[in-house]
Amino acid sequence: MSAGHSTYNPQNGFMKWLDARLPLPRLIYDSFVAYPVPRNLNGWYTFGGILSLMLVAQILTGVVLAMHYVANSAMAFQSVEHIMRDVNYGWLMRRMHANGASMFFIAVYIHMFRGMYYGSYKNPREVLWILGVIIFLLMMATAFMGYVLPWGQMSFWGATVITGFFTAIPWVGDSIQALLLGGFAVENPTLNRFYSLHYLLPFMIAGVVILHVWALHVTGQTNPTGVEVKNIKKETVPFTPYATIKDALALIIFFMVFGWFVFYLPDYLGHADNYIPADPLKTPTHIVPEWYFLPFYAILRAITFNISIPFTDVVLIDSKLGGVIAMFASIAILAFLPWLDTSKVRSANYRPLYKQFFWIFAVVCVLLGWLGSKPAEGIYPLLSLIFTVYYFAHFLVILPVLGWVEKPKEMPASIADAVLSEEKPVSSKAAAQPAE
Amino acid sequence: MSATNSAEPVDEDRRDFLYIATGAMAAVGTAALAWPFIDQMNPDASTRALASIDVDISLIEPGQAITVKWRGKPVFIRNRTDKEVEEARATPIEDLKDQSAENENLPAGSPATDVNRSAGEGKENWIVMIGSCTHLGCVPVGVAGNFGGWFCPCHGSHYDTAGRIRQGPAPRNLEIPVYEFTSDTTITIG
Amino acid sequence: MKLRSILKAVTGLAFAVGLVGTSFAAEEGETPHYPLKHPRHVHWSFAGPFGHWDIPQLQRGLQVYLEVCAACHSLEYIAFRNLGDIGYSPEEVKSFAETYEIEDGPNADGEMYFRPGFPSDRFPSPFPNPEAAAAANNGAAPPDFSLLAKARAPTRGFPTFVFDIFTMYAENGPDYIYSLLTGYEDPPAGVEVPEGAHYNPYFISGSAIAMANPLSDGIVTYEDGSPETIDQYSRDISAFMMWAAEPHLVERKAMGFNVMIFLAVFAILLYLTKKRIWAEFKRKEKEA
Repeated sequence: MSAGHSTYNPQNGFMKWLDARLPLPRLIYDSFVAYPVPRNLNGWYTFGGILSLMLVAQILTGVVLAMHYVANSAMAFQSVEHIMRDVNYGWLMRRMHANGASMFFIAVYIHMFRGMYYGSYKNPREVLWILGVIIFLLMMATAFMGYVLPWGQMSFWGATVITGFFTAIPWVGDSIQALLLGGFAVENPTLNRFYSLHYLLPFMIAGVVILHVWALHVTGQTNPTGVEVKNIKKETVPFTPYATIKDALALIIFFMVFGWFVFYLPDYLGHADNYIPADPLKTPTHIVPEWYFLPFYAILRAITFNISIPFTDVVLIDSKLGGVIAMFASIAILAFLPWLDTSKVRSANYRPLYKQFFWIFAVVCVLLGWLGSKPAEGIYPLLSLIFTVYYFAHFLVILPVLGWVEKPKEMPASIADAVLSEEKPVSSKAAAQPAE
Repeated sequence: MSATNSAEPVDEDRRDFLYIATGAMAAVGTAALAWPFIDQMNPDASTRALASIDVDISLIEPGQAITVKWRGKPVFIRNRTDKEVEEARATPIEDLKDQSAENENLPAGSPATDVNRSAGEGKENWIVMIGSCTHLGCVPVGVAGNFGGWFCPCHGSHYDTAGRIRQGPAPRNLEIPVYEFTSDTTITIG
Repeated sequence: MKLRSILKAVTGLAFAVGLVGTSFAAEEGETPHYPLKHPRHVHWSFAGPFGHWDIPQLQRGLQVYLEVCAACHSLEYIAFRNLGDIGYSPEEVKSFAETYEIEDGPNADGEMYFRPGFPSDRFPSPFPNPEAAAAANNGAAPPDFSLLAKARAPTRGFPTFVFDIFTMYAENGPDYIYSLLTGYEDPPAGVEVPEGAHYNPYFISGSAIAMANPLSDGIVTYEDGSPETIDQYSRDISAFMMWAAEPHLVERKAMGFNVMIFLAVFAILLYLTKKRIWAEFKRKEKEA
């Protein structure tokens, strides 16, 4: 779509001079002003823009916090309290940063589910999708290391548990863990390297985001119909102002939710135990990760059995390694989604069966999150296992099979057709809204 | 998006007002958001609260000086000998590069007489100054330089025994902070 | 419609699963969940979007802290100057600070010495180090007070925590402290309380707490005529501890209100602008 020639026209002598030397204004104009987007994008397509701004907001508040934070195990907790109590607007900066991380994940999950609903990962957008998975992984690493920095009880024991994953690797696991921690337990060297990486990774995310946007602008956006743009003049609008104004409105509404948490419920998404300074001798009774890791945490804990060679006692994968493999696999499998979904139809609007399985999958993810927050006792591990099996079955069984058995609904011939039918109130019922 | 308005004729004034109002909101919001990001760099509440310190001066004999830290900077407290006071008094104001006392305890623009530089009538032997060269902030060395007062080794500024700049690149006399004698042996600075 | 029914079925299943899960956990009863009783709700002046401090209450809370709690509990993140926030003048703060002996130094002879406190000093700890605190209290060091109102906040089960988003309930900390202080009772028949511990069903990590009931009616004399009861003392100290845990709480809520109003107006303007821009686009398209 953006393959067409540039329509940038420098207005004055200086801009012409600059354009011949560093055509940065031309790049910005072509990418964010004239860039054609399908005219039928709905509100769910605004989260990409929201995420870009949240990344900027996290980096800005993070740089501010780094001016006051002390990455030393003896002073980290105290320095965070110093920020909260004494630094001018320090409480605001810290609240924005901590709750901003949660908002970032809310937005990224909506963005991912939107992609799944409308089949945005399908040919030719596989690389765009995989870059998104990489961003998601980097975000998880960044968020995890950031949570360690306040050096409260949850920080400390979260770091202990998560780095414990690596001890599951046969033979070399303990050495790898010691290498990561810089000691035999989570200590000052761990805190320092996590701080360094927590500062570095967001800029790597920003780099991958640029690739992500680049890939997007090569193929162009999908749209709720899943039909590719056929007539640029009739079916697209320039990004500015038609998409930017929508993005701005969505951003401000998103900020209202963000503000609700920052100003009225700043501790709602955190853990009370993190207001207790880290104590290496005492584990909190109930360790849970941040809410956005809960589904993956449930998958980790679902594997409570060893996998052996049948009829022998030879353990191939013990339960610990099994849990870690399942957890990483649950993220890695997303990268293969473009090839696991065998349907030629993109949008769930025209895939009656897939639409139902999509919502079941979404509910299963929420249930896994709920199970992740429960103690590993009673029926919870069994439920976790059932939903974990479903999670993988969705990708490995349901999606490939659906492509063969499903009979898609009749699709509009073009975006223009779909838009036209939507504007005629009589037949508008047919065009399904995503959040029905 | 709503298609209901598409036939409605557009009132241009109303439209322009709407665009301007929205743009203004965006500008106000950005400015309001920027302030906390700037203000967080100002001295924080704990730093501002450390504004005053008490110093015990009972052990400083004439001719001796101590240096204490106040607001992160050195403060010179010197018990001057009678000779040093005499020398400083003998200097005519017209010879001074900076003729203002630079004394926070006096009205601005008070002349740089020796008594105005010292702790006042009856306490002329005491001089309390921020030990930070008015040129670029190095710490001058005591009992040194061409005038027997302080000498800044960084760029060669010479101060006399009342801490007044006499030679070199520094523009002003050494600054005198707000302080008072809370007893005969205690000074509260700040 | 089909989607609706499926969704309904799935949510129903989710609820059923949740119920089964909960009842299983309760039946097995291997690890009882603490606190045994949910904290009781108190009406706090600082709750809700327009929350504000009840200054006389905070001053009474400070008094309870000083007369009852300070012998064992430190308040390490609060400086004397912070008391200016709860209605004391700079002179009062200064003279209050001077009643404390603060260790300072080393002096010119290399020795540590004690001097009267400055407003910039923090409340000194009643014990020189955590080990001494534990040794003096049967091995359980009394926790620091400055963050306790946020560190002791029992989680709320489903679905309450969902409603909390809309009701802005964030007072589990002070509710917990109030309930704990007013919740000492004789252990029910058959419940063994370990030596040196005290039965309290509101305690967050067990059925018995190491701290003996610190309050009794009349133990602190109030000058403003407030009731001198355990209930009132508990309210006052809980409110004081909430302030100590988050001195900027009221400022945060006040700023939040302004921000929300601003964002709401901005959102309306953006919505109108969006409508207008798209209406013009469609008008032009029709003309073309």
